Amino acid sequence: MVVFHVNGKERRVDVTPDTPLLWVLREKLGLAGSKFGCGEGLCGACTVHVDGQPLRSCVTPVGDVRGKKVMTIEGIPENHPVKKAWLAQEVSQCGYCQPGQIMSAVALLKKKPKPTDADIDSAMSGNLCRCGTYGRIRRAIHAVGAGASTKGGKKP
Amino acid sequence: MSEGTGISRRQFIKTSALAGGGLLLACHIPFGNRDAAAAGEASFAPNAFLRIGTDESVTVIVNKSEMGQGVYTSLPMLLAEELCCDWQKVRFQPSPVAPEYNHAQFGPIMVTGGSTSVRSEWERLSLAGAAAREMLIAAAAGRWKVGPSACRAENGVVLGPGGKQLSFGKLAASAAKLAVPREPRLKTGARKLLGKPLHRLDSPAKINGSAIFGIDVAVPGMLTAVIARPPVFGGRVKSFDASGALAVPGVKRVLAVDAGVAVVGDGFWPAMNGREKLQIIWEEPEESKISTSAMREEYARLSATPGLPARKDGDAPAVLSAAKKRFEAEYEVPYLAHAPMEPLNCFVDLKADSCLIRTGSQFQTVDRNAAARVAGLKPEQVTLETTFLGGGFGRRACTGSDFVIEAVQVAKAIKLPVKVIRTREDDMRAGYYRPMWYDRITACLDDKGLPLAWHHRIVGQSIIAGTPFESAMVKDGIDDTSVEGAANTPYAIPNLQVELHSPKNAVPVLWWRSVGHSHTAFVMECFLDELAHAAGIDPFQYRRRLLAKHPRTLKVLETAAKKAGWSKPLPRGHGRGIAVHESFGSFVAQVAEVSIDKKGQLKVLRVVCAIDCGRIVNPDTIKAQMESGITFGLSAALFGAITLKNGRVEQGNFHDYQLVRMQGMPKVEAYVIDSNEPPGGVGEPGVPPIAPAVANALFAATGARVRSLPITAEKISVALGKG
Ligand code: FES
Ligand code: FES
Repeated sequence: MVVFHVNGKERRVDVTPDTPLLWVLREKLGLAGSKFGCGEGLCGACTVHVDGQPLRSCVTPVGDVRGKKVMTIEGIPENHPVKKAWLAQEVSQCGYCQPGQIMSAVALLKKKPKPTDADIDSAMSGNLCRCGTYGRIRRAIHAVGAGASTKGGKKP
Repeated sequence: MSEGTGISRRQFIKTSALAGGGLLLACHIPFGNRDAAAAGEASFAPNAFLRIGTDESVTVIVNKSEMGQGVYTSLPMLLAEELCCDWQKVRFQPSPVAPEYNHAQFGPIMVTGGSTSVRSEWERLSLAGAAAREMLIAAAAGRWKVGPSACRAENGVVLGPGGKQLSFGKLAASAAKLAVPREPRLKTGARKLLGKPLHRLDSPAKINGSAIFGIDVAVPGMLTAVIARPPVFGGRVKSFDASGALAVPGVKRVLAVDAGVAVVGDGFWPAMNGREKLQIIWEEPEESKISTSAMREEYARLSATPGLPARKDGDAPAVLSAAKKRFEAEYEVPYLAHAPMEPLNCFVDLKADSCLIRTGSQFQTVDRNAAARVAGLKPEQVTLETTFLGGGFGRRACTGSDFVIEAVQVAKAIKLPVKVIRTREDDMRAGYYRPMWYDRITACLDDKGLPLAWHHRIVGQSIIAGTPFESAMVKDGIDDTSVEGAANTPYAIPNLQVELHSPKNAVPVLWWRSVGHSHTAFVMECFLDELAHAAGIDPFQYRRRLLAKHPRTLKVLETAAKKAGWSKPLPRGHGRGIAVHESFGSFVAQVAEVSIDKKGQLKVLRVVCAIDCGRIVNPDTIKAQMESGITFGLSAALFGAITLKNGRVEQGNFHDYQLVRMQGMPKVEAYVIDSNEPPGGVGEPGVPPIAPAVANALFAATGARVRSLPITAEKISVALGKG
């Protein structure tokens, strides 16, 4: 039995502790927003926050998050500035990578509310997007940094 | 309005009565109204593509798979424009697999591909919207006892004389009792939705984690399977020992299927752990032990011999043999994996007389029929529900239905709902690649420096040969997808000969975003660039001269050059390259600006893109698709290669099959030409020009001509050493 918090609620799961957090979230807790892209920490589709830090849940054994606070895409409020900016910039294409992108972006903006291009490069380069939404992700992050999204954002 | 689809209005409007009392356009519809009837709403479902609820909701049923290209917004926009509804009330719903949802041009199958969604559905959805609008107007006119011409529809409301108005929802029930107009008239006057950068209807679900992709499908009691696959193409299981796998907690079954040995568990992780413990002896046929290095030699040898003719203007060989100076080059591109971010997967629930499949398919009818065959059912007994696709790029329109068949085989054996998931490595090593190509071109110039003769031999596997589409798509031995973009080049070359060799081998190949154009644009646009430099003419001006009879190609070329500041000076170590290519009914030019540092590191800094895709639906979607195609093509230009050694695929995951990441992403500017031409595609045409634009920019910056993709630091230094 592993006990930890997910999106503010205590959860108990009966799995072997070596099971990656990603599959516990997806299959045991019904939180399928975190995606499987590579299983090796190479693509960022599975990014969640553990005690506020972005982490690749596909390579994080659930045993390692015992007692910790996990936040997934499902825990990001609908009116979060990052989500609003994502909509305003019309970032999503297939959408598969986007939960991971958003989790990385939320973590970046928490640490650096006005990130530079270099900050974005280093914080976001672990998140692949096969659809090529990088330019819009960069714009959306800058828009949050500039506080633009709260004023309705700029149309793409 | 008839261009593009080839269907006449009369064919289109075949009405038939429905169980629910409504009427349908298009064909006999077992499904169009099914959901409405099931929901018990008194809704108006005048055709297979539309349902209007008494709650004012407008649901557009979309027969195309959403894989990033925005069809769940662009297709509803087409219908809504003619319906004159309130866009805020529009919802989308994926269609079931049924004849009325077949592709409007490709014959009796439901498929999303060839960048055809908008252009093939434009007329059908416009008419569907127009017919419904006329019925709503007729219903209102009937109630007000006035002629329909005294009424008009706007923003979800029918307006009548004296300020009378009734909403679509209030009219739905009475409109449903009316006959469907035989010749609905399309709107005249200003467009309300088309041409506007409307927000995508599917974005909210995609950013809050609620969008369901195939891999997210789950039902109570479902098991999850992974399959251990042979190390080589054509390999088979000789024998296996399942005891170790079965000892893993959570592993339920181990069984052989055609694809290998399936390990079924009560979750992905137990199945994976079980797979690790499997002992399998594989049978590896001799012909499976392919190496791409040996293939390359074979292809080079073939390129020196005549192939089947794909185009013959004038007499290129004769002109070339008489020429004083000849230019010759070999170009090559490797196998490529589609590598959609969502690895392939498929959910199947197979019962004695029915089968439910939920997956991200681009090829629904083909997949459904394949499933029926494997399950021993009739196609009508198989229901295929299309989920969101975490990228498709052609891989989910598999001529072999590989990911569906294996899941049905597992389901058939275990008799429980099951989802088969491929790991990234499974996905990348399972084939269905963009073919590897080898091209040899010889050319000579006239006294003005323009190409006088061009003799081009293409060597590579046919995607279509050996599939059920061969009889329709391969003519006189020429698979058009092998030569598209070369055999039909717009450049004015008086003596042009294109030949094709289609060698066969065990590596499965498939259409990969932009198909043949993904290699022909690279070859054509780079070699043309070589000729321009040889003639001492600016490569942009050189192309202009050769495109005088192709105004649309010319226009995008000039637009991209202008917006990029083509003739503006650049710092040392920087270069600009240009390329233009027509594909899927659209014209795209791109200018890439690159830099190269002292260590020989190539960086793509900026890409300016111009597209003419005819009449447009949503300009922002078009720009997004250009950004997308450029990124996709850039990954191939800089990194992409699937290689085989002794039959084994040497790549497996994103460390050795790299994609462009945020830090390597250039600035992209996309310009959409204002055009009234018939609509063209946008999903694929952004891909072909980027590799040649970058290779040409590299040459402009350094003098290094790299004729092989991907453009690696090593190839650059070799080219520089030679140059
Ligand atoms: S799935 Fe975790 S990083 Fe790719
Ligand atoms: S939106 Fe498709 S992978 Fe990023």
